[in-house]
Amino acid sequence: MIPSLSSAVIVFREAIEAGLIVGIVLAATKGVLRRTVWVAIGVGAGVLGACLVAAFAEQISAQFEGYGQELFNATILIVAVGMLTWHNVWMAGHGKQMAREMRTLGAAVSAGQRTLTALAIVVGVAVLREGSEVVLFLYGIAAQGGMTTASLLSGGLLGLAGGAAVSAAMYYGLLTIPAHRLFSVTGWLITLLAAGMASQAVLFLQNGGYLQILQTPVWDTSWLLPESGDGLLGIIGRMLHTLIGYSDQPDGAQLIAYVATILGINVLMRVVNRAKPLPAAVPSPAE
Amino acid sequence: MLRPTLLAAAVLLLAGPAFADAPITVTLKDHKFLPATIHVKAGVPNVIALTNQDDTAEEFDSTALKVEKVVAGHSSGNVRLRPLSPGSYPFMGEYHAATAQGVVIAE
Repeated sequence: MIPSLSSAVIVFREAIEAGLIVGIVLAATKGVLRRTVWVAIGVGAGVLGACLVAAFAEQISAQFEGYGQELFNATILIVAVGMLTWHNVWMAGHGKQMAREMRTLGAAVSAGQRTLTALAIVVGVAVLREGSEVVLFLYGIAAQGGMTTASLLSGGLLGLAGGAAVSAAMYYGLLTIPAHRLFSVTGWLITLLAAGMASQAVLFLQNGGYLQILQTPVWDTSWLLPESGDGLLGIIGRMLHTLIGYSDQPDGAQLIAYVATILGINVLMRVVNRAKPLPAAVPSPAE
Repeated sequence: MLRPTLLAAAVLLLAGPAFADAPITVTLKDHKFLPATIHVKAGVPNVIALTNQDDTAEEFDSTALKVEKVVAGHSSGNVRLRPLSPGSYPFMGEYHAATAQGVVIAE
């Protein structure tokens, strides 16, 4: 039995995107108690959600005058942007305290538990979005026959292993950053992740006909770095698309959403930081 | 923020009422688009009404058109196209890219 190359390729392609996000989330929650459990819950819920979305693809599409799919995608992306924003704003208020606890206790802390739920949702959304495509694709091949289930599954597992490797590379790569800088780096990564998702949500709203302004691409860099494709450049473009929201033809509304998200998160972080000038050394009862 | 707002209002006024004719009908059968070459009017929004006659789902995918839309087997879906400048815009069915290829020509 030979593993199916096509299933390995498509699973890998989608798993890279979810894998990058999982890697960032793991690094951003380094030192927080039970984070792997939460991330695993996020992945599990995402896989389950992906199967449901694939199974009900027709019904979802039929909603909202045939644009249910666009609205659904925009909605879950906006939820993810909200969760990422919340994480960063929470960290702005508690990050220093968390880092201090970690140093004094020298062990995992429970302070970050609350923001973990938010990040688990982000992981779930990422897995769901990429996973539903994989499910539909693999189901399509399986339904056509001509390829054994074993070949399909082993190909898929190969692709998944590749995605997990990307996730691990992202995570361990981020861990080489000195501890006192780590959270500010992951904070920026999360801000850019959120900005990219916001710009993608705008695109889905445009494609669903809910937002029809500034739709003309502002620039076209597809000749330089395509945002998708199977070549090396295409893979780099796709990774940058996931990580920082790179688009080879962004339109005006997308750019506004992108910049507004970055500004919005930074303003909120600053406001929260100012509201809590010096967190008390003793944990407040609310923690 | 005043200028983007004004710009947005202007574009809304310009793009709002201009709607293209009826949706363009495209069929997917045996993982091929029929017709595979679609002519649309440039400068106005267009809608492709895609009917998937195959048993399995397909994703209408085009980076040039900035569209990704899943159409389940034996079902149909509408794909909205932004007002395009004249030119050709390739698209494909992502799940069967070997055969499902097409191009939108805006003129």
